[in-house]
Amino acid sequence: MEKISQSVVKKDHAAKMEGRSIYVADYNTAKDGRKILTGKILHSKTARAKVLSVSVPDLPEGYFYVDARDIPGDNNVNIVLDDMPVFCRDTVEYIGEAIGMVVGPDAKEVDRILSGINVELEELEPVLDLRKSTEAFFNYEYGHGDLQKAFAEADKVFDEEFETGYQEQAYLETQGMMAEPEDLDRMFVHGSMQCCYYVHGAVKRVLGTDNIHILQDVTGGGFGGKEAFPSILATEVAVAARKANAPVRCVFDRREDMEYTSKRHPSICRYKAAVKDGKVTALDIDVIFNAGAYSTLSAVVLQRGLIAAPGIYNVPNIHVTGRALKTNTSPCGAYRGFGAPQTFFAIELLMNHIAQDLGVEPLAFKEAHLVKQGDPTSTCGEYHFPVPVQDMINEIDAVCDYRKKRKEYAKAQEGRFRRGIGMSMYFHGAGFTGSGERDLIKAVTRLHKYPDGKVEILASNGEIGQGLRTTFCKIVSHELNIPFDDVFFEHPDTARVPDSGPTVASRSLMTVGELLRRASVQLKEIWKDGEEQEVEERYKEPDFLIPFHLDKFEGDAYPTYAWGVNAVELEVDTLTGVAKVLGAYGNFDVGTPMDYNIVMGQMEGGLLQGIGYSSIEKMDYDNKGRIRNNSYSDYLIPTTKDVPNLKCLLHVEKYPYGPYGAKGAGELPLVGVPGAYVEAMEQALGKGHRLNHAPFTAEDTLFEIMKEVGK
Amino acid sequence: MNFYLNGKPVSHEGDPAARLLDVLRDDFDCKSVKCGCKEGECGACAVLIDDVLYNSCCVAMGSIEEAHVLTLEGFRETKQFAALSKAFGELSAVQCGFCIPGMVMASHALLLKNPHPTTDEIREGLSGNLCRCTGYNAIVNAVENAAKEGDGLW
Repeated sequence: MEKISQSVVKKDHAAKMEGRSIYVADYNTAKDGRKILTGKILHSKTARAKVLSVSVPDLPEGYFYVDARDIPGDNNVNIVLDDMPVFCRDTVEYIGEAIGMVVGPDAKEVDRILSGINVELEELEPVLDLRKSTEAFFNYEYGHGDLQKAFAEADKVFDEEFETGYQEQAYLETQGMMAEPEDLDRMFVHGSMQCCYYVHGAVKRVLGTDNIHILQDVTGGGFGGKEAFPSILATEVAVAARKANAPVRCVFDRREDMEYTSKRHPSICRYKAAVKDGKVTALDIDVIFNAGAYSTLSAVVLQRGLIAAPGIYNVPNIHVTGRALKTNTSPCGAYRGFGAPQTFFAIELLMNHIAQDLGVEPLAFKEAHLVKQGDPTSTCGEYHFPVPVQDMINEIDAVCDYRKKRKEYAKAQEGRFRRGIGMSMYFHGAGFTGSGERDLIKAVTRLHKYPDGKVEILASNGEIGQGLRTTFCKIVSHELNIPFDDVFFEHPDTARVPDSGPTVASRSLMTVGELLRRASVQLKEIWKDGEEQEVEERYKEPDFLIPFHLDKFEGDAYPTYAWGVNAVELEVDTLTGVAKVLGAYGNFDVGTPMDYNIVMGQMEGGLLQGIGYSSIEKMDYDNKGRIRNNSYSDYLIPTTKDVPNLKCLLHVEKYPYGPYGAKGAGELPLVGVPGAYVEAMEQALGKGHRLNHAPFTAEDTLFEIMKEVGK
Repeated sequence: MNFYLNGKPVSHEGDPAARLLDVLRDDFDCKSVKCGCKEGECGACAVLIDDVLYNSCCVAMGSIEEAHVLTLEGFRETKQFAALSKAFGELSAVQCGFCIPGMVMASHALLLKNPHPTTDEIREGLSGNLCRCTGYNAIVNAVENAAKEGDGLW
């Protein structure tokens, strides 16, 4: 193992282990000692309505009601498009939308006031059925080759539809944010977040002033869920704190968090495939994502999903269309994988089904279609670097005996328990999609050396559990050849750190980590003992890239790819429908691990989230648009007992433009799991069952088995 | 209400129906005790009461008269904690950290009952504590290592 990969005790280990880390809910007072007022949101209880009036009861002294009229700037949360309001405008568009906020010193009194508010509405017919939605926030199309010819010449045409459901991030710390008015009218906002500069941009616009600063507090998990939503909550508490001229904190309870904050987009993907001489020659793909009531991040989520839609297979003719559709439900947003898990699920199952129809083993069929280095990507970019997937398949086969078990379980299975095994393969495009890094983010980092030789990292990326405070410091200490203990990286405050971009898209380590390595090279060259010194490094796009044009979906959507192969083995109880995961395996290429334990922790955690997404994590809304699975009792996430046999391998294919060969890592391990899980389920059920949705729950299994009885 | 908190006798005047979780956080500044769901599902608020693991969100103050309550604020001063901390640190088993105080208390409760647990017994013992980050392998292995290296402490 390379030196940089050798694990160290994490920078934040002791404080978190000892329970001394201060999360936003843990502050006893504001920074200046003032009492913190509790803020609670008046949520819409109706999916779509005109708001006619809001009658607030008489407020005791020290209590305030806050709504859109109190916004000094612009009632738009700065995300991608201008549609998400801080507090509702004339209508409410989903159950949970913020109408206003009540703040005051006593939480129980705030609750009492909230329950006494009367909101007079004129109900409107909500759009809840994704298939019936006609309002597309975003609509994309791309393709290449001659689709018509390929379909005309095909030996056989396949046409299938695949569906995936919501997935809730279910970070253990709910969303929470606090705003503190400081001297000279300066607003200080801090809390649980992934992207302090996104929050900065949002608060600045809503307050109409740049006299603000944003600090990331210790953050209890994000997984994408704290990319955009914190901008919404931050603007709400900032407006409230401004009105009350006092510190205001709002921490969501679990039900509010699960029901009203962003989650993974449900999807319906329709795939048509042309097959000739045993090969897929064309794919015609149509993807729809349930965006919810406002567009938030759906544009970029959809882009990533569409680019991944043909999977990692070389298909000469493709045509992809996709729409993010409005429904009157909670706006969906970022979640680990960012649109790609939905389409990878579809393509993996489609390939299985075609192979089975042709009488070929799906793995061999997929292997015959794998992309390799030098091949064009779906967007006519290029796979510039080696594609190690075939080796990774063989490595995972060696660990779990995949090919042998696959044959064994293919034999007719009778009796109560049946077994199956499945495999999926996929990539995660490392970093921002397209030219975002170059055109929008323009990351800047600094290293500040103090006279005592200690070096501070100044970057806006946040530690959210993924180990960034440790891995960033390892990179700098390694390059400067100074002790790890002499390098430190605090939680970012926009008053102190430059904008090195958000903590998203598996970009922090690969992109910002490389900037820090280069900054370290600079600092090393000018290093003078005893002096205070600072160096700065800015993002430059690698020159090998084929420029990406979003209008045509053409060029390199990503500089490089992290690769993943999963195998899932399970046993289904046909009496109860419950599936036991006998083994979940992942082989991941994220380049050089910057810390073996940290990378393994990401891989194992992501793989288990993927198993949850495939099996037990079911969330849906009722005919009023209300999400029913809003607690850990109704939305189950895996426990220690669910997958005791979870094994990850690392396959290292270095990326020459990442620090010491590192690529994006965090999202990869979740991305392809449902394909392997549902393939295993299909094999276990046998008897020609064709499955096409995830999660695939125990209830779904029973429905399938009932079909056998009917036959 | 009189009870012992981390070995010291304390008293609390107030609603006997108040949640132990809220009282620990708000009145005794035990901020290691985290609120993850307030419904007894996640284990983030787990504490020991007379050496038995409880989700403090589901414990009414009226039920702990004269009981010994142990939170991480008290437990972190012990050699047993040091063994667990070393083991968790060596395997980087702590990610976002929010589940960790409850997870540590659950580990301690398990080892008190069963100082030499098998892997399956560790998984059973920690099954009431949700972690969304790690996939649990590192945590389970860390508890196993702590039990070995901390042999005799429990």
